[in-house]
Amino acid sequence: MDASIALVAIAPFVAALLAPFIHRLARPYAGWVLALVPAGIFLFLLTLIAPVVAGGAISARIGWVPAFDLDLSFFVDGLSLTFALTISGIGTLIVLYSGAYLKGHPHLGRFLGFLLAFMGAMLGLVLADNMLALFMFWELTSVTSFLLIGFDHTRQAARRGAIQALVLTNIGGMALLVGAILVHQLTGCWDMSALGDDVRANGFYGLTLALFLVAAFTKSAQVPLHFWLPNAMEAPTPVSAFLHSATMVQGGVYLLARTTPWLGGTEAWTLILVCFGGATLLWGGLGALRQTDLKQMLAQTTLASLGLSVLLIGLGTEAAIAAMLLYFVAHALYKAGLFMVVGAIDHEAGTRDITILGGLADRMPVTFIGAALASLAMIGLPLTLGYFAKEEMYLGLMHWQWSDIAVLAVLLAGNAMLAGVAMLVLVKPFLGPVLPTPKLAHEAPIAMLAGPIVLGGAGIVASVMTDWLGHTLVEPGAAAILGETVSSHLTLTINPASPLLWLSIATWALGYLVYRQAAVLRTLLRRFEAGLGWTADTVFDAVMFGLIRFSGAVTRLLHHGRLEIYLATVFAGLALALIAPLGLLNGYDVLLPNADLGNWSAKLSWPQLQPYEWGVMALALIGLGAVLLATNRLVAILALGIQGTSVALIFLLFGAPDLAFTQFMVEVLSVVILALVMTRLRLDELDQRPLEDLARDGILALVCGAGVSLLLMVVLSGTLDTRLSDLFTATSVPIAHGHNIVNVILVDYRGFDTLGEISVVMAAGIAVMALLRRRNKPAVPASPAPRRRRKAES
Amino acid sequence: MNSLIFRTIAPLIVAVMLVFSIYVCLRGHNEPGGGFIGGLIAASAMAILGMSGGAGEARRALRIDPLAIAGFGVFIAGLSGLLSLFTGTPFMTSIWVYLELGQTTVPLSTPMVFDIGVYFVVFGTISAVALALEGEEGP
Repeated sequence: MDASIALVAIAPFVAALLAPFIHRLARPYAGWVLALVPAGIFLFLLTLIAPVVAGGAISARIGWVPAFDLDLSFFVDGLSLTFALTISGIGTLIVLYSGAYLKGHPHLGRFLGFLLAFMGAMLGLVLADNMLALFMFWELTSVTSFLLIGFDHTRQAARRGAIQALVLTNIGGMALLVGAILVHQLTGCWDMSALGDDVRANGFYGLTLALFLVAAFTKSAQVPLHFWLPNAMEAPTPVSAFLHSATMVQGGVYLLARTTPWLGGTEAWTLILVCFGGATLLWGGLGALRQTDLKQMLAQTTLASLGLSVLLIGLGTEAAIAAMLLYFVAHALYKAGLFMVVGAIDHEAGTRDITILGGLADRMPVTFIGAALASLAMIGLPLTLGYFAKEEMYLGLMHWQWSDIAVLAVLLAGNAMLAGVAMLVLVKPFLGPVLPTPKLAHEAPIAMLAGPIVLGGAGIVASVMTDWLGHTLVEPGAAAILGETVSSHLTLTINPASPLLWLSIATWALGYLVYRQAAVLRTLLRRFEAGLGWTADTVFDAVMFGLIRFSGAVTRLLHHGRLEIYLATVFAGLALALIAPLGLLNGYDVLLPNADLGNWSAKLSWPQLQPYEWGVMALALIGLGAVLLATNRLVAILALGIQGTSVALIFLLFGAPDLAFTQFMVEVLSVVILALVMTRLRLDELDQRPLEDLARDGILALVCGAGVSLLLMVVLSGTLDTRLSDLFTATSVPIAHGHNIVNVILVDYRGFDTLGEISVVMAAGIAVMALLRRRNKPAVPASPAPRRRRKAES
Repeated sequence: MNSLIFRTIAPLIVAVMLVFSIYVCLRGHNEPGGGFIGGLIAASAMAILGMSGGAGEARRALRIDPLAIAGFGVFIAGLSGLLSLFTGTPFMTSIWVYLELGQTTVPLSTPMVFDIGVYFVVFGTISAVALALEGEEGP
């Protein structure tokens, strides 16, 4: 069982890698071949229904990073199974549909690969139990949806939509990661299924809740973070059909449902979710009425539906949760169907504008049937899943308290607007007089018809089998969210005495009113929007451009191109790094006159040295003096070499041959390279710095030198901790097989450090080469030149 | 810099320095030396060759782009650390093999391979910089 559940999430990724090759081999049938993968997953998940209904949950666990106690754990209960079945089922139809929709597109293989990878990420997201795995799949859905939304990357709008979606959902992803780590810190547990009341009872509950809500609200596009969703409509229609029905945007809804048992149920939870959900529901409904583009209308109703789901989770009653589950399935079925219908209309008639479409029912009868099945479910007529979802959500609010009535009013208004939009989507393009379209419309190919018909049919069948639906969907799903057994009471009988029926009829009536007055409402809403002057979208743009301007300013501040200032900055930083820690460690005590004078006098007395040792010291001082006094730069470089070589000699005399050896070579090479740099950069032989520059450089040099000396004095005035050197001395030969401890430390004890250092050496070399290469070429401004050339060619 | 004496003697100095650099590199585990110093000596040799005959000739004598040598060094240094994965020990755990060659035993180890990697990195990078500075016609 272990491997097979993990395979559900992994198989689509494998298929994604193979997709381009399969497309090359099986060209026109690539969609049909690749649809086998999600179809297989769907069938496998079907076999899990019986055990989940009977036994509750199935969990699987694979070692991931055993060193950190991290397991890739999966958890299949009623909630995840509902989502996974919907994702894989609709995914199968979408892959089929894409094969036909993008037939002949040169990058169809790549597209199908992205689509399958996205599906894998989504399946992983809903099956993961470990919070880090959840985060990983969450981010994978963001990245793959970025690729899908920006698939048509030659268009600027598509690129913008993709980046906007990526930025916003990644903010949510970061919040999710921090939230997951916080929960782990609080409870010591990565698995969501093992969490209990600890999180709610903790003082950090507010912060945890905020982080998870930011994650869910960005993913599920709740007001005011909703604006990326309509812009994501720049994607090819199959992507919209998949992302905005059952997957991507439902990720946030899933997260809220999944966290309800250990994060939900508090007053803050209910209040925030109901308010944001309600606002999104109304905003999306109004937004849909503002549009004339079919796809944009559907996108806005998706917003409304997401708001509705969030609101229902916030209510958290048994009926509300049951309604949420029913609504999720109903919405996924009808919205995917409607998007596919819109794609077919766009594909075959050449436009998506409802004001210039009409009378397509005769030309596209099968598409019309698909549209009708989906729209009726969206309106919520009996014999569709939408009907049950609507009944359930009203049922939870039959307490006649003020708060319930307010929520009921919001729901009624939202559902009415959704119903009105559904009528518009069904009637405007398909019925009425035939209008001329850019392309002569005809019926879409079978792969594009399969989706709407199968999904619509599934909705009807499911709604007839009420008992089965209650037992397999509502009961296990609600039990997973609420943590208690729930019994379904779905029934087909219509009770005229029930207020629910009258609420439904009121919804339909209001919906019809919205439909009749759509043109008036649209004018009013557009006038309102124009009067507002700004939208969340323009705010996003302002923030992004502000960021670009800010980074430009920072870059200009730090990247001014003046070498001497760079170097001065580096050495000022070094001086600070040397001086500041000494203050913190009371290192300046050695300078105080009352600091252990006996010790000082001992240090101040002339050391007993051999004459040749004095000679070497004198040589170093002569070199130093020559550096300072030299007016010719070449002389200064050579004098620096003399000074350095003397220091190397001192190292040699005092028993550090390795250090001395290296220092000799470094001195030789630095003299050679500095001299070469001087000739290469055509520097003046004479040093002609103005006095203030000399003062600045001199002060920096003095501070750095004094800092190093002070540091050494402080280090040497304390007792040296010799534990490490003792260890190295003792173990160098027996375990590292080397007598040269310096070398053994470099290549063995601290080999990892050395590996990093040699990588830095090489990176520095590459940087130097790049700089030198730039100097070889005549300086050309980076961007304008190619443009000029292109103009000349044309 | 371009005197006849220097040009005649430079290849000899370079040859001796290169051999010496390898010797210093290999003996480094037990005596003063090691990959870093060896690499510096070899790079100095390349700098001398470049000064005597021009950077182009030094580059031709080297045959391989010096930065590629540096990259190879990082590669084998990293690879020597990865070998320990096959023995199930953590990254960079040293492995020693003793090769019996008639009378003598030659110890081979992953730290040695690592040190050779360090040699190549230092040699390649410094040579690349020095040769690029010496000759106008860099790669």
